[in-house]
Amino acid sequence: MTAVTLTVNGTERSLEAEPRTLLVHALRDDLGLTGTNVGCDSSSCGACTVLVDGQSAKSCTMFAVQADGADITTIEGVADADGTLHPMQQAFHEHHALQCGYCTPGMVMAAISLVEEYPGLDENGVRHGLEGNLCRCTGYQNIVDAVLAAAGSGGD
Amino acid sequence: MIPAAFDYEVAESADHAVSLLAEHGDDAKLLAGGHSLIPMMRYRLATPGVLVDVGRLDDLRYIRTGNGTVSIGALTRHSELEHSAALAEACPMLASVAALVGDPAVRHRGTLGGTIAHADPASDLPAAVLALGGTIVAQGPGGSREIAATDFFTGYFESVLADDEMITEVRVPAGTGGWNYQKFNRRAQDWAIVGAAVADGGAGVSLVNMGSTPIRASGVESALAGGASAAEAAALAADGLEPPEDLNADAEYRSHLARVLTERALNAAGVA
Amino acid sequence: MTITEDAPAGHVGSRRLRKEDPALLTGEAKFIDDLALPGAIWVGVVRSSEAHANIVGIDGSAALEIDGVNEVLSGEDLAPLWGEGALPCAWPVTPDMKNPTHLPVARSTAKYVGDAVAVVLADSRYAAADGAAAVVVDYEPLPAVVEIEDAVADGAPLVHADLDSNECYTWGLWGDNAPAIDAAFAEAAHVVSERYLQQRLIPAPMEPRGCAAVPSPAGGELTLYSATQIPHILKVMTAVVLGIGENKLRVVAPSVGGGFGCKLNVYAEEILCSALAMQRGAPVRWTEGRAEAAVSTIQGRGQVQHIELAADADGKVQAVRVKLLADMGAYLQLVTPGVPLLGGFLYHGCYDIPNYMFECTSVFTNRTPTDAYRGAGRPEATYAVERAMDALAVSVGVSPEEIRARNFIGADAFPYESSAGLVFDSGDYQAVLDKAVALAGLDERRAEQAQRLTDGSSKRIGIGLSSYVEMCGLAPSRVLASLDYGAGGWEAATVRISPTCKVQVVTGSTPHGQGHETCWSQIVADKLGVDPDDVEVLHSDTAISPTGLDTYGSRSLAVGGTAVYMATEKVIDKARAIAAHQLEASEDDLEFSGGVFRVRGTPEAEVPLAGIAFAAFTAHDLPDGMEPNLEAHVTYDPPNFTFPNGTHIAVVEVDTDTGDVDLVDYVAVDDCGVQINPLIVEGQVHGGILQGAAQALYEDAVYNSDGQLVSANLGDYLVPSAAEAPRYRLDSHATPSPTNPMGVKGVGEAGTIAAAPAVINAVVDALRDLGVTDVDMPASPQTVWRAIADAQGGAS
Repeated sequence: MTAVTLTVNGTERSLEAEPRTLLVHALRDDLGLTGTNVGCDSSSCGACTVLVDGQSAKSCTMFAVQADGADITTIEGVADADGTLHPMQQAFHEHHALQCGYCTPGMVMAAISLVEEYPGLDENGVRHGLEGNLCRCTGYQNIVDAVLAAAGSGGD
Repeated sequence: MIPAAFDYEVAESADHAVSLLAEHGDDAKLLAGGHSLIPMMRYRLATPGVLVDVGRLDDLRYIRTGNGTVSIGALTRHSELEHSAALAEACPMLASVAALVGDPAVRHRGTLGGTIAHADPASDLPAAVLALGGTIVAQGPGGSREIAATDFFTGYFESVLADDEMITEVRVPAGTGGWNYQKFNRRAQDWAIVGAAVADGGAGVSLVNMGSTPIRASGVESALAGGASAAEAAALAADGLEPPEDLNADAEYRSHLARVLTERALNAAGVA
Repeated sequence: MTITEDAPAGHVGSRRLRKEDPALLTGEAKFIDDLALPGAIWVGVVRSSEAHANIVGIDGSAALEIDGVNEVLSGEDLAPLWGEGALPCAWPVTPDMKNPTHLPVARSTAKYVGDAVAVVLADSRYAAADGAAAVVVDYEPLPAVVEIEDAVADGAPLVHADLDSNECYTWGLWGDNAPAIDAAFAEAAHVVSERYLQQRLIPAPMEPRGCAAVPSPAGGELTLYSATQIPHILKVMTAVVLGIGENKLRVVAPSVGGGFGCKLNVYAEEILCSALAMQRGAPVRWTEGRAEAAVSTIQGRGQVQHIELAADADGKVQAVRVKLLADMGAYLQLVTPGVPLLGGFLYHGCYDIPNYMFECTSVFTNRTPTDAYRGAGRPEATYAVERAMDALAVSVGVSPEEIRARNFIGADAFPYESSAGLVFDSGDYQAVLDKAVALAGLDERRAEQAQRLTDGSSKRIGIGLSSYVEMCGLAPSRVLASLDYGAGGWEAATVRISPTCKVQVVTGSTPHGQGHETCWSQIVADKLGVDPDDVEVLHSDTAISPTGLDTYGSRSLAVGGTAVYMATEKVIDKARAIAAHQLEASEDDLEFSGGVFRVRGTPEAEVPLAGIAFAAFTAHDLPDGMEPNLEAHVTYDPPNFTFPNGTHIAVVEVDTDTGDVDLVDYVAVDDCGVQINPLIVEGQVHGGILQGAAQALYEDAVYNSDGQLVSANLGDYLVPSAAEAPRYRLDSHATPSPTNPMGVKGVGEAGTIAAAPAVINAVVDALRDLGVTDVDMPASPQTVWRAIADAQGGAS
């Protein structure tokens, strides 16, 4: 077992993990942050997307030990403490950009990172920017519209 | 799926990484971004006994230009190539190809050295470095050596890199001469079914996923040098190759795509 | 029948944002793998690597060396857990249907890659994976049957050695009109005869399956948590299979991450975890991996279709004759054999075709069982008839929209009795098509198409139409009985009004993304004159919602929503009686709107619902003999199916140099009856379209000749992303269904049913002048390129 210290949603958290422990399982099973989901085993679906040092990363394709010392943001950490949704979450709500909601945490985290990384996104940019996040319910149109709206309103 | 257990070592420097590799022999693998290795480990197609994490070697994350060369630290991430103003000016082709790798989350983690070392014939950046006539700098117990990209790749996921060597830098000639990369796939996030890279106005042409390694299309290059048109040269793109067969393409279709994409890439690079 | 009569607040029909969203957007919602179960035994399933093999030996010694791996159990070891029980099939479609015993874990012979052959019990998720990987199974390979047509070939190996063939059943629908059909074909001016392939599909909801069985050893009770669409059905079936008293069993579906039919089942792991939990007195859990899901969860489609149309000189179709071969896979799951029948009534599409013949032969193969996948039989039927109608249009020499216009069931023909024996509720198919044609700008698109051809462009435009009608609202129980289905088709609802006038709705429907909580709240809020936020909707737990038949087949709104509507009316009736008592008026003189009862003509004589709710709670002054509290329960059995319909138009650009198909425009005009929430309707249509288009262009469960699934992960099985999806342009044309009081029909499967034929018709349209008349699904670049090359007389 290896000691791993992460700053998760602004709070320092320590755990003992086997080196092979995937970051997503450390978050879910060790830290109880089950908002981040696992949807595949081939880095294809993006359901497990979190922010690592501010950038989107697939937490199923990282070992927790690789993230030792890193700053991690999960879906549990983006809304305000008073429950006010992050502008990206709010945009997803207002555009009916989720149905079953399983891909949603990863999709929201990917979208937050995307609009930060690529200012001035157009529709094509959003579609390609989310190419690594699969959704089986929505057909994506409302997701794309939500991200464009959040980007336009300064959603970060 | 869950990777098999392994021992984990953090490299403090390139020298340290190399010494750890030497210590553990062929049971050890380097771990950089992990975006090629970890999926294979999850399917237990790779079960290394030791992983040497070089991901913290921030001194190997750089893009330096000068003297007609772009030198890129091996741990430089795809997204850093994609967004580098220096690279966009000195070698826009590499920045552009980097932006086509995987998806943004993959580009945030994947590294140039890692993708070269992985030697996947379906990857974009190895073929781009090959077309650009790049050089791979590898460090081993006895010091560093420079390997021409044309000599680097030897087979499916195989290269001349020794078990105790680590890529520290990738160099490509600076240049903005006519270039283009045509990546053909069914989903944007996927590897190329076939890709065609053209550098320096057709002086360097390479193909993705047309054999067991990234392949320099020397027949196309020499035809162009001999005065052939883009169409004539592109018609030779698949000659002598034995492309792989998979769910997306058989050899005949891959060969056809290689010709079509090579012609498109040449035309887009300004080669008539 | 209009909805506005009782709807002064107007929540029904509004684009109300979903109350389900906040929990899902913040990670607060709990899916099956999120449940914290300290001390749980983790199950790892060892799955057959062979398509067909005798299990000679199972060696768990290496697995047992692994830290955290506690037991390795073979099918033989586990057999006492289920005794005579086996995984259930609830739809014996014919008296002589073959239904081989389907054990949760095979004892002697593995019948498909993915068939469970042993089980590892471990302390953790990781140890379970390690253990399953370390078990060594000794197989004696047997000949395998992989492809559908090979299963019925002479001398085919038998999937089940104790049966005399691979045929599961043959089911037909032709009554006594075979001579009329023969005559129609003999006299036809145009005959279309086509063979289409429905490739197998992997449903791939983003959440794989999972379950956890939690015993209460002292009380002797068991709670089964499962990522299922059908907690109520699962409860009955688990009780029957394992011989548990239903009174000792509770089934809970937590948040479920999509289903699309593949979670409409009773699976080996659910039975296994339940049986082990009771035996061990400890929680037992299992979470499916994605590559595991590809072989261990049911697949969809898998048919070879032969369709023939006989038409007169004007292209008016006089007869349709269909023969199917349907792939059951190695075993029958819950409704496997019934899926082809759900399409079997609809091979005349939305056309008035007087003579109808359908015959389906279903076969066993050494592959993962098939079962219901979004649309279940109806996408297959629609694909065949809509492709064939395009072929007929070419034969007659008219446009696709004209051939459809000449054959549509007329708007004045409803209720329409079809030649297949159904009574269609309502529709105006021509108006729907006209709207779609206008929205698509068909004339401009055709001009652009012609211009590209004139220019000799390698990027051709293709335009494809698909008009569909489906049967939803499964279903009238008596009709299901006539089809030998093992259960009814009713749905239950309870509506309660609390002392403070908050509303509790208990529904037997089981949402997994559809937005029931929001829609049911809208229905109830309008009727009661309360705020939708004051309505809570409870579901998916048999302890809270003990009666129900769950969610599939676009039945929730038409059946479950109607039950909610009727239960609300029943509550109002009771409230009305109390109001009349309080106001000393006749019930007949009371009107109820905006949550207030008033005496007609005496506006000052009024009492709000809140007052009645409190009065019903205190029960101090109720009419003689009336029970306290405001509560009503309704079980609604629909008198008929509902028949949503629509026309979709796909526009593609085909790169003839590479075979690449780009979906550049997609127009959908649907008639799903009255819409409770158009925002949700549109979401259902969007997602449905992409699943149908994905069958047309991307998805394929590819098996090699050894029976190995070679597209088992999401890198190889191409679920499309936002980058591949088109922008959808939607409109609607509602003809309220007379079948239910709200006039609703259902919309969950419409997009999927319509999209595949629209897209493939468009691809063929783009290439027709090159001689291409058919392109198999999925129309991958290689498939399209080869179709062009073949039509042109050889590869380039």
